[in-house]
Amino acid sequence: MRIKTGLTAAFLALSLTTAASAENHMDKALEDAKDAREAHMELYSFNMSLLGGMAKGALPYDADSAGKAADSLAALTMMDQTRYWIEGSDEMSIDDTRAKPEIWENMADFQKKETDLIAAAKAMQGAASQSLEALQGAIGPLGGACGACHKVYRAPKT
Amino acid sequence: MRKILLNIGKLAVFAAVVLWFFSAPRPLDQAQFDGLTGDLARGQHLFIAGGCASCHAPEGATGDAALVMAGGRALASPFGTFYAPNISPSNNGIGGWDAYDLGHAMLRGTSPDGRHYYPAFPYTSYIKLEPQDIVDLKLYLDTLPLSDAISRPHDVGFPFNIRRGLGLWKRLYLKNGWVMQDAPQQGRKLVEALGHCGECHTPRNAIGGLQTDRWLAGAPDPSGKGQIPNITPGALTWETADLIYYFESGFTPDFDSAGGHMADVIENLKRLTPADRTAIAEYLTARPALAPDPQ
Repeated sequence: MRIKTGLTAAFLALSLTTAASAENHMDKALEDAKDAREAHMELYSFNMSLLGGMAKGALPYDADSAGKAADSLAALTMMDQTRYWIEGSDEMSIDDTRAKPEIWENMADFQKKETDLIAAAKAMQGAASQSLEALQGAIGPLGGACGACHKVYRAPKT
Repeated sequence: MRKILLNIGKLAVFAAVVLWFFSAPRPLDQAQFDGLTGDLARGQHLFIAGGCASCHAPEGATGDAALVMAGGRALASPFGTFYAPNISPSNNGIGGWDAYDLGHAMLRGTSPDGRHYYPAFPYTSYIKLEPQDIVDLKLYLDTLPLSDAISRPHDVGFPFNIRRGLGLWKRLYLKNGWVMQDAPQQGRKLVEALGHCGECHTPRNAIGGLQTDRWLAGAPDPSGKGQIPNITPGALTWETADLIYYFESGFTPDFDSAGGHMADVIENLKRLTPADRTAIAEYLTARPALAPDPQ
């Protein structure tokens, strides 16, 4: 009898630990995805700040560095993002993210907006090293592509 | 005892009469509209600066579809969810209205048949416009495509579903007059009246009245999640040039981009003139710095 109770307890304890550790693994995957996409956004912004700085006249135009920043930006948009946007990593489910659950409800639209971003970044890649005017012409659509996604799929700051 | 009851009864009737009187819609003087003729180009500018499409165009509409004022967009608030009505020039919209009717709606928050509108429709800002603005805007609205969409009723709980009560609310909070008396005129009209910036960026009290002593100092997002930023120099420390670039591109100085409802606002700001965007930036940088909300 006592042995049986002990076994049951041990079994229970084991299954609880397993469940908890599975949960920890899940939490870690969600955290990692969130961190990775934030790092990715930082890199967008890092390259955008050079291009945008030139566009608005805060930085002198330099064809070479503008071209490189546009190349980097285009490469970033081409990277596979499927592992960034895993189910359960929205603002309702985990802390410190502004990703709205609507992303997963409208995945096709979300991906279309990603395609639009890729197109805008490609256009910038073709324009940035040409001339300041070309760069300025490409920055509007690029900003539009960023904003189109943030408008619907990013929650306000807390 | 009977006498006391009778007196209470009399008092209740008296109170009801007083409340009914004070909650009545206050009509706009029709003579103000006599002899005014509209200017279409000015009307279009007012339409963009007033952000009409940001609420009245269907959610997610772009291009020509964003000119169909079919309504339907939901606005969540602590009082319930409001749905923007059809304001296209059709029979289900405001097709039968004249400029005076539109003035009554925008400057007094009252429908042509004398019902109060909820202040989710920002007439507390639009009241600062002139009859000439309304006449110009009406001319432009009449050129927009027709929509037969039926306006969806608001989803508002008791006691806020008693529209007559809004008459009392208006007595308290529907005031004509500028918040920033010494501001340059062009920026002031764009920020305080047309752009209705204060409707989101200024905190409200428990019954939804704007706390003008905290004008533009930020507020909880009415959806219940997140915070709408303080845009006085107390928290928003961008240069005038940064503000102007944000208005034309949606990019912040660190090249994040505007999101949420502000992305809709940027769509409008982009289409204003450079002088308008400069005027808005100059108004904002001239505001007294209000400290971020202590909460």
